[in-house]
Amino acid sequence: MIQEFKKTWKKYTIGMLWVLGLLWPLLGIHPDGTLSFEKTFTVWFYIFAGTFVFFIIYLMNQSGSLKFFTTPVSKAWEKGSVFTKTVPTWVWLLLAFVLALIYPQFTGRYAQDVAINVLIYVCLGLGLNIVVGLAGMLDLGYIAFYGVGAYSYALLNMHFGMSFWVCLPFAALFALIAGCIVGYPTLRMRGDYLAIVTLGFGEIVRIILNNWMELTNGPNGIMGFDRPGIYLPNFENGFFSMTWEHLWLKKLHLLYYVVLALAIVTIICIHRLNFSRVGRAWESIREDETASELMGVNTFIYKLLAYAMGALFAGMAGAFFSARMRFVSPESFTFLESAMVLCMVVLGGMGSIPGIFLGAAALIILPEVFREFELYRMLAFGGVMVIMMLFRPEGLIPAKRVGTRSEEREA
Amino acid sequence: MEYFIQQLINGLTLGGIYALIALGYTMVYGVIQLINFAHGEFFAAGGYVGVIILGYCAGKGIMETHPWLCLAGSFVLTMGYCAFLAVGVEKVAYMPLRKQSRLAALLSALGMSIFLSNGLMLTQGVFDKPYPGELFDGTLFEFGLVSITYLQVMIVSMTIVLLVVLNILVFKTKMGMAMRATAQDKTMSSLVAIGSNRIISVTFAIGAGLAAAAGIMVGLYYGSVRYDMGFIPGIKAFAAAVLGGIGNITGAMIGGLIIGMVEIFGAGYISGQYKDVFAFIILIAVLYFKPTGIMGENIDDTRV
Repeated sequence: MIQEFKKTWKKYTIGMLWVLGLLWPLLGIHPDGTLSFEKTFTVWFYIFAGTFVFFIIYLMNQSGSLKFFTTPVSKAWEKGSVFTKTVPTWVWLLLAFVLALIYPQFTGRYAQDVAINVLIYVCLGLGLNIVVGLAGMLDLGYIAFYGVGAYSYALLNMHFGMSFWVCLPFAALFALIAGCIVGYPTLRMRGDYLAIVTLGFGEIVRIILNNWMELTNGPNGIMGFDRPGIYLPNFENGFFSMTWEHLWLKKLHLLYYVVLALAIVTIICIHRLNFSRVGRAWESIREDETASELMGVNTFIYKLLAYAMGALFAGMAGAFFSARMRFVSPESFTFLESAMVLCMVVLGGMGSIPGIFLGAAALIILPEVFREFELYRMLAFGGVMVIMMLFRPEGLIPAKRVGTRSEEREA
Repeated sequence: MEYFIQQLINGLTLGGIYALIALGYTMVYGVIQLINFAHGEFFAAGGYVGVIILGYCAGKGIMETHPWLCLAGSFVLTMGYCAFLAVGVEKVAYMPLRKQSRLAALLSALGMSIFLSNGLMLTQGVFDKPYPGELFDGTLFEFGLVSITYLQVMIVSMTIVLLVVLNILVFKTKMGMAMRATAQDKTMSSLVAIGSNRIISVTFAIGAGLAAAAGIMVGLYYGSVRYDMGFIPGIKAFAAAVLGGIGNITGAMIGGLIIGMVEIFGAGYISGQYKDVFAFIILIAVLYFKPTGIMGENIDDTRV
């Protein structure tokens, strides 16, 4: 026990010295030929103070001195979960639905804007969840399909004047075709090759969007296309002589309802897919590809399907994104965006729908709350990804059915 | 014809740089079967530490009197720094996950890559940082339209030296033998008293050192460094490693040269805007038609 304790302290001290050693050349050597230590030590001290608190909490948790606090909390948590289970799930779902419906009545523009962002990322995260969470393939170029959807709407509307609702299935279709084009040559590869190839494809799509001036207007992007519109029945002249009145969705809360509908459709689709024959096939591929092939699952078709379905939802989210911003440029579809969606899926829990909801909400709302620390956003994302993998690889709300692959078991 | 020869020389320079980065990928993959996404960040960190040390020398005025000494010093210190960084990263982010699924390790590597590149951004700023490289300018050799600069000669010869040293290290020393043994079978090699943790650390250190050298070379060659410069060369170098057959040292060198040549000739003869696309297309084509790569047939024997 004491030895363990000493070892942990030693490791921590070495780690902190290591950080200091790495920081000093970056902060302390100046091009005018002077050396300084002050700034390095200030930065290091902040890092030290921050990690020290977590380290102490971790140590106390290990030694059990936090039991007076953790035991009642976990008991209360259990009681709470028993209570939530006695109430049928549909009641909770209905409650959430009603809350989502009345949300714009009580909030301002800013909060609605954030909510729209969260819902777009929920759609994206759920789509990526099919590929990563269910089928177990790491896709690092996912944002390319989002870009394909966004550009589909922008271009179709600009050149052919098609409305948002007509373009939505087309955007989904184009993204799906793009998914098949990417998926067909790559799906023979193993997990880590696949990751790097999808990364390459994502970059290729971005570079093409950036350089094909005639079609996409290059880095300047496209703007000036329509918002989504809806037709409302007009009963002014009596019920039987009603006319249809066209209305552009200019107000933010109307757009919120559009993306809410999109998110709900996505959630229902993914939920149905997850518990269907197709979903079981995907999970079996994730757990053990060879075994599932022996069981008669056509792995290639199902992997391609996972890819195409993921791309489809990204395409729809992309079409909405461009309709809402009324501006698209390649800058919105960089690798970091892919990494952010992936981070949501990982943080929430791969394969779990409520987890992804939580992940998207956390990664959109927290940066809004901590606006002053905007610069540190991506740093925190990277750090969170590593820490999640180290301490809780299954995510905040883990999916119910999780197993290990056979090749890991023997290792 | 002269244009062709000029492009050949440029391609050789760039290919050497890619080969140096690709070696780190291939060695790490050979030992622990992990794509080290953070490797591109070691390369970028190398570029930055190099410019910091060279800048310090310039500020002190040593640069005017002993330029080559400064350059040598910056190479040594930077390679040491990045080796130090890589060993730490391995201990923090990869070692605890060795028993976990490969997806977990891959995601951890990805997170580390984002973390490191943003760490560089926070400490060094968002903008390009210029290299104080005027001293190494100047043309060694000019023949019509063909010109070879001192810098190109320096980069190519430095690359060759590093590759020779690496080959001696891996194929002639006891440490190299232990590395190859660990790559082939970790359990078996630990039975003959090879500490696999130590070997993995050494592998990371060597790979990061080579990437750091490549970072300085790129900084000198293009005149500046940027915090996110590790990303695209990282993928291209990975493409080079895969092209040569991942896990194979000679393969990574050949793959790097091919990728560099393809990029330069693609940019020169097809389209400069799409130069980044060629490497990816090669990567996809290789993985589709010959997933084991060029040197892949003997992948089980001569893996690092």
